Amino acid sequence: MGFGKIRVGRSVAAIVAVLAIALLALGASAGAGDDSSTETEFPVPPPPITEGYYPCSVCHAEMETNMERRELVDEHESIKLNHGPRSRWCFDCHTPENRDVLHLASGEVVTFEESYLLCGQCHGDKLRDWKVGVHGKRTGEWNGKKQYLLCANCHNPHSPHFAPIEPLPPPPRPRDIR
Amino acid sequence: MKEQALTIPTEKERRRNRALTRRRFLRSTVVAAAGGVLASCSPSVRESFFQQHLKELTEEDKKRTYARLAEEYGNRYGGKFTVGGEPAKEGVLFAYALDLSRCVGCRRCVYACVKENNQSRDPAIHWITVLQMEKEKGVDLSHADAYYNPKAVPEDGHFYMPVQCQQCRRPQCVEVCPVGATWQEPDGIVVVDYNWCIGCRYCMAACPYGARHFNWSRPEIPNEQINHDTHYLGNRPRYKGVVEKCTFCIQRVRKGKYPACVEICPVGARKFGNLLDPESEVRYVIENKRVFILKEEINTQPKFYYFYGV
Repeated sequence: MGFGKIRVGRSVAAIVAVLAIALLALGASAGAGDDSSTETEFPVPPPPITEGYYPCSVCHAEMETNMERRELVDEHESIKLNHGPRSRWCFDCHTPENRDVLHLASGEVVTFEESYLLCGQCHGDKLRDWKVGVHGKRTGEWNGKKQYLLCANCHNPHSPHFAPIEPLPPPPRPRDIR
Repeated sequence: MKEQALTIPTEKERRRNRALTRRRFLRSTVVAAAGGVLASCSPSVRESFFQQHLKELTEEDKKRTYARLAEEYGNRYGGKFTVGGEPAKEGVLFAYALDLSRCVGCRRCVYACVKENNQSRDPAIHWITVLQMEKEKGVDLSHADAYYNPKAVPEDGHFYMPVQCQQCRRPQCVEVCPVGATWQEPDGIVVVDYNWCIGCRYCMAACPYGARHFNWSRPEIPNEQINHDTHYLGNRPRYKGVVEKCTFCIQRVRKGKYPACVEICPVGARKFGNLLDPESEVRYVIENKRVFILKEEINTQPKFYYFYGV
């Protein structure tokens, strides 16, 4: 359940790779003394973004922003938006100027690790329950460290309703026990 | 008739006459034979035969018993077993909450429980039964189906209600046990001592939730599927002819971990914690959600709460 796959042409990929390496090198030298990592209030796992496809800006920095509502093609073809009213669109959550982050209705920028704040704008009751560990799954210790999950770890943000799953086999009937 | 026949025999005469009755002969023979058998047994079997009730054992005795069992299980299933006896923690009363508005009836919990708690695979024993019910009828046990098996769940118009040991505050199963093989621990978990259970199944008849299960034959578990990390009152391998039930994964929760069913649930419907801790998840559920207990009218006072998280 990711955010959809992104396919990149070979030549573009090569350029992107070079750019990414350059950026990484720059980032490493710049952020050497900066140790304030993206630690959030709740212990959440990494967002479920298909490996190798983040940061989004690797592709999107080169592309023109198309603000038009449309059926997505090519790289994001698999994303079918089925979430709330039909007026909902990519840039209600994604930020046109910087695809590596999300934003709230107020315009405040949030990272993918804090995406629960974004979901909580509409689903405030769920966010409240999630914070105390009642909405969503918790693992870890009942009286100690708990592992939280992001909303997006269970719900596909573009189509959040749970898909039906196959049940495991039923128990044997008493008459079948030998 | 001679006069002597009418006199009442003295105590001394009576004892002498009794000396060789059939009953006395048989009794002494059986005792001697049993003694002979026990003497020829391995010390481990002899020890298990004379094992006292767990509550009467000293700490030293318990340790020896646990070690003996670990060795027995190792011989049977292979690998190195640990049989723990972690006691209840002070100030802890375990409770469970299950969100009926989330459960999709996938039975992942059923099989996670089987694996964690070493239930018999053949014949299959499940400590959790998931009931499929019709939304139109509500919580109605007379229309519940435990054997649903569609291609995909949840099915339209249905909801799902997993039932397992409700860990009653007034456990009727404990009331009826004639030998004291099952009791409620200080942290609220109702446990069974498989070495003390005589298999009369009174507790199964008394339980209003169908939560207790009987080992009709020797439980079969493939060696590679056994869980070696066990607790004496929990998931250690059972014997033929004993009763077993959910213990809230006593071997896990007494070490601070969540029960296996909580950790596997793909929709996060299962909540667990300390009822005495105001910060716990179960307390939040009870204080903020619509909660009910199963068969409230029979006053068993379960510590297993069903709720609607919507």
